[in-house]
Amino acid sequence: MMETFNISWRFIKVWRRNLVTYQKIWKINFITPLLEPLLYILAFGLGFSGLVEEVEYAGRSLTYTQFIAPALIATAVMWNAFFETTYASFVRMYYQKTFDGMLATPLSLEEIILAEVVWSATKAFGAAAIMMIVLGVLGFIEFPSGLLILPMAFLGGMAMGAIGMFFTGITPTIDMFNLPIFLFITPMFLFSGTFFPVSNLPAWAQPMALAFPLYHMVELVRRFSLGSSQTHPAVCVAYLLLFALIFLVLAMRSMHKRLIN
Amino acid sequence: MRNIIDVQNLVKRYNGFTAVDDLSFEVPPGEFFGLLGPNGAGKTTTIRTLYGFSPITDGRVMVFGRDIRRDWRAIKARIGVCQQDNTLDPDLSVEQNLLIFAGYFSIPVDEARRQAEELLDFFALTHKKNAKVMELSGGMARRLILARALINQPDLLILDEPTTGLDPQSRHQVWEKLDSLKERGLTVLMTTHYMEEAAQLCDRLVIVDHGKVLVNGTPAELIARHAGGSVIEIEGPDQALKDYIARHEVACDDLGRKLIIYTTEESELNAIIRERFCAARCTFRSSTLEDVFLRLTGRELRE
Repeated sequence: MMETFNISWRFIKVWRRNLVTYQKIWKINFITPLLEPLLYILAFGLGFSGLVEEVEYAGRSLTYTQFIAPALIATAVMWNAFFETTYASFVRMYYQKTFDGMLATPLSLEEIILAEVVWSATKAFGAAAIMMIVLGVLGFIEFPSGLLILPMAFLGGMAMGAIGMFFTGITPTIDMFNLPIFLFITPMFLFSGTFFPVSNLPAWAQPMALAFPLYHMVELVRRFSLGSSQTHPAVCVAYLLLFALIFLVLAMRSMHKRLIN
Repeated sequence: MRNIIDVQNLVKRYNGFTAVDDLSFEVPPGEFFGLLGPNGAGKTTTIRTLYGFSPITDGRVMVFGRDIRRDWRAIKARIGVCQQDNTLDPDLSVEQNLLIFAGYFSIPVDEARRQAEELLDFFALTHKKNAKVMELSGGMARRLILARALINQPDLLILDEPTTGLDPQSRHQVWEKLDSLKERGLTVLMTTHYMEEAAQLCDRLVIVDHGKVLVNGTPAELIARHAGGSVIEIEGPDQALKDYIARHEVACDDLGRKLIIYTTEESELNAIIRERFCAARCTFRSSTLEDVFLRLTGRELRE
């Protein structure tokens, strides 16, 4: 029972539980992805345009706002998924004992973990959809290719949510999430080709940036909103898939070790 | 008839600690069974293996005649568990707690609604249907946990300290509900620290300590066997009494300032002590399960 992974479609029930709770607060959560891109575009468009005239990216010359607009969606995917499976999942697991209650039903721990990660990807998907509309209206996204951002957001959400869940499995107290955020999320946020092209990094640092899942997420969103990117989208999709899968397994292992004894 | 629970030579070790050490007991259908013991005796660990939460180290755990290691999902579908901690979902309303939980058992929505309505009514929570869980009193929360444990119409109810922390009114209300579940023929396994509760509710019980079963029997049997039937408590016993006790090998516990003598109501000993040694501060009472418990597990603190 404990050695093999027990996963059935039952995980949808746990996902639904999160959806039901979310329906109570969605109106507030709606505002962030709606206003955040506007603020960024305003700040960078007005404030930065004097400093940075054009960005050379994938053989094209882009305005700075054109360059960062897709990255805003990608970073929102990261924050939404990662925060959900770290802070929010930790509260459910540790303070609310929600998982303990679930484990007294026919659910397996693996199904609960999978549901949490899929839920984090769902939130990432929702945020990306709203931002896609806002940025689309502002003319930063080409359609219909832009619609492909949505499945990519879900995939990216799975990758970010899975690694977040892994940290939840090994982090002793909720305050200690500062550590993975400082050591992993912040550098990823800054150095994944989000605010400047990876090619601006020194040669030795470039391969490190390519290891960040956010880099691949940003690349995919740029590809489908601008029509060009540096890394082939198939490579990015494969990388995110692999990343999600590996960390999903690691998350299940670490949570198993933490909760079941 | 086949036993609902059949635990044979259960061993559970984790982090180098043996929590359950060769424990065996059976619970036949319809029985209200008590699992008693001091803190750290292995009660909760045993219960957790029964509903598949903790993997077993050695031995065999059969529920409904099926092996928990193989058929855990089918077994869990037929069990209701009331855990020690409050595991209610604070993000959901009272009714949603039942409905969402029903979802984990894949109970169809219509049936879940019907079932939730019935349970809220049974546990006198209908007026709190839309309340947040945070707004419930301790007693109401406990009743909701009980209601939630019954949402799948279980064939076995597992209760881990169902009345700990409740005020006397709430506790009596919970007892009343448990009593009527018992009358319906539901099989129940309960742990508790309240001996009065165990004596009242349990058809049969085991007292465990250090992961082993010490005794097994009905409350009345255990009281008769291990605490006489009558108890005399003497405050500040004098030397004459102590000498008499020692000479006649009387079953007793000497607590220093207090002497507890286990006897039977009609015995000669009872009469002699009453006449010769009870000038003042003597209490005569029937022996209770608490006497049995303390005699078997000792009086020293565990934590």
